[in-house]
Amino acid sequence: MTVPELKIKDLHVSVEGKSIVRGFDLEIKGGEIHALMGPNGTGKSTVASAIMGHPKYEVTQGTVLLDRENLLDMAVDERARAGIFLAMQYPSEVSGVTNADFLRTAINGRRGEGNEIPLMKFIKTLDKKMQMLEMDQAFAERYVNEGFSGGEKKRNEILQLMMLEPKFAILDEIDSGLDIDALKWVAKGVNSMRSENFGCLIITHYQRLLNYIKPDKVHVMMNGRIVKTGGPELALRLEEEGYDGMKAELGIKDDETVEA
Amino acid sequence: MSTQLQSLPLGTEDIIRFSADRNEPEWFTDIRLRGLELAEELPLPRPEKTRIDDWNFTNFNYKPEGNPVSLIHDLPAHIRRLIGEEKAENVLVHHNGQAVYSSLAKDLKDKGVIFTDLATAIKEHGDLVRQYYLKTTTIDKHRLTALHAALVNGGSFLYIPKNVVVENPVQAVYFQDAPSSGLVAHTIVVAETGSAVTYVENYLSDESVGDGAANLVSEVTVGENARVSFGAVDHFSAGVVTYVSRQANVKKDGSLQWALGQINDGNTVSENATNLEGDGASADTKVVSIGSGTQKQNFDNYIRHVGRATVSRLFVRGVQKDESNSIFNARTKIERGASRADGEQTQRVLMLSEKARGDANPILLIDEYDVIAGHAASVGRVDPEQLYYLMSRGIKKETAEKLIVEGFLEPVVDLLPIEGVKRQLAELIERKVG
Repeated sequence: MTVPELKIKDLHVSVEGKSIVRGFDLEIKGGEIHALMGPNGTGKSTVASAIMGHPKYEVTQGTVLLDRENLLDMAVDERARAGIFLAMQYPSEVSGVTNADFLRTAINGRRGEGNEIPLMKFIKTLDKKMQMLEMDQAFAERYVNEGFSGGEKKRNEILQLMMLEPKFAILDEIDSGLDIDALKWVAKGVNSMRSENFGCLIITHYQRLLNYIKPDKVHVMMNGRIVKTGGPELALRLEEEGYDGMKAELGIKDDETVEA
Repeated sequence: MSTQLQSLPLGTEDIIRFSADRNEPEWFTDIRLRGLELAEELPLPRPEKTRIDDWNFTNFNYKPEGNPVSLIHDLPAHIRRLIGEEKAENVLVHHNGQAVYSSLAKDLKDKGVIFTDLATAIKEHGDLVRQYYLKTTTIDKHRLTALHAALVNGGSFLYIPKNVVVENPVQAVYFQDAPSSGLVAHTIVVAETGSAVTYVENYLSDESVGDGAANLVSEVTVGENARVSFGAVDHFSAGVVTYVSRQANVKKDGSLQWALGQINDGNTVSENATNLEGDGASADTKVVSIGSGTQKQNFDNYIRHVGRATVSRLFVRGVQKDESNSIFNARTKIERGASRADGEQTQRVLMLSEKARGDANPILLIDEYDVIAGHAASVGRVDPEQLYYLMSRGIKKETAEKLIVEGFLEPVVDLLPIEGVKRQLAELIERKVG
């Protein structure tokens, strides 16, 4: 099996006619974990939503290649089946549909008709992954995200990630609103996925999560594109100095910032 | 101008003979004759925004026959599946209106519980039936109630004596397959003071009925401090025109839960009403339905608060497909004197097609100051955010939509107490949505 590759080239994205991402480039290979940092409103989440194919986000230029296939030519569900996963900042609630049914439908959607996962195997895998995330077994029978606390929703995103085993995952501010324990469970889940066949982009404001999931590369995004790339030390520096120092260093003005 | 309606295909002589053939007591024959007389005079109901003048409520074979069986095993497979053959203790099966199989746990019989078909109840427990027959609703409400009284050809009678708590659910199943037949079933459920029961009724018809009719009235009396859970799944085939009326009266501190799955394929007028008569009485009504094809339906769900500190929750959900057309009325009435009443209603209609129509009308009528009342009504499409979320996990659009719609109707499936019925409703929803 060859190592998967995700190549984002010259991505431009608009939301409701407003240009937000302007020339975003990034390459991730299987086995790598990248962090994407930056102040509010620089377009980090927009990159994530555009790659997944949210209908509100319009890609005006660029390509997103997953192993040479352009994700941007595909419908949302096809992108997912091609191997991309987005852990969302605000996951939807789906009343009346249990987590277990949802996950099983999603897994079987990937496996295709005639190759459905045996029920017992599904239950065993689900139990195991839920234990790792210290989720109560009752979650399997609860309706998707309905009545979940913020932290429970985030953990549920990671559970889906672990069950679906994509080639690449984008974690969109998975750490926002998490207490330290929940942060550790999330990190444990992501770290358990580490392999040659899995790459990950972590979008975050803070360095904190990166103490638990060590990134190979850290990128800083401002005004719709990556303005600086470095190793884990870059995240530490940002934590100390804030983004203003870097803006000054790079000669970036504030007035260009846009809504997320 | 109501006389423009199709006239009745039968007269006094027919009714007298029908009643005599069934060995009915005089008081019952008299009600039939009164019904016939009123059916000629009274207009059809006028459900809001639904024209029913040309619906066939009257022309059908009112005396089809069923095939009695002595063993549960001899019932048709789909009926056995519905009642859960092995566990079905308290069950009454009607075929073309005729009771063909019945059972009731011995300990319940010993405690005085009565569960039998209406014809038998009239003979064996005439006084009791008379006390409750057509009491929560009236014979002269409109042409269809009158017609019901004239032609009743089936039904069930369930009586729970004082302080008897029935643990296992009690189930009545009606299935029709006689061509052009009509089911005119009258059900009476009485839960005396301090008693408790869960009752489920299932109606289904085979395509072989063709053009037929169903005229159903179920009356529920919840005594003081009694608890009744009433579940139903209606599934008449496309040619069957249905009038279904479910009426309840709840006494002091009694509580009633309705869980209704209205999955008919034919035109339907449904009236569901709960009278919270006693202080502290409460009702929880949950109703789901699906309209498909060119089906026209009208659902009126009504709660009336009379007693003080009465509580009601009314929850209605409908899915509209194809070129179907449904009107949903939710009415909460709080009478003067019903102080500290608390009534909430929610209606949500999910539209799956441009050509379908669905109206949700929330109506609150309040004649008392010291109350809490609220309503919410919405008509909308599948939430694009939900769809995106499910699709982002690799689920195809059609499957994702189906999951969302089935989830939308799940609250009633969830409440039904019998596994076979739960599964039936889930499958009906799946098939009709699919």
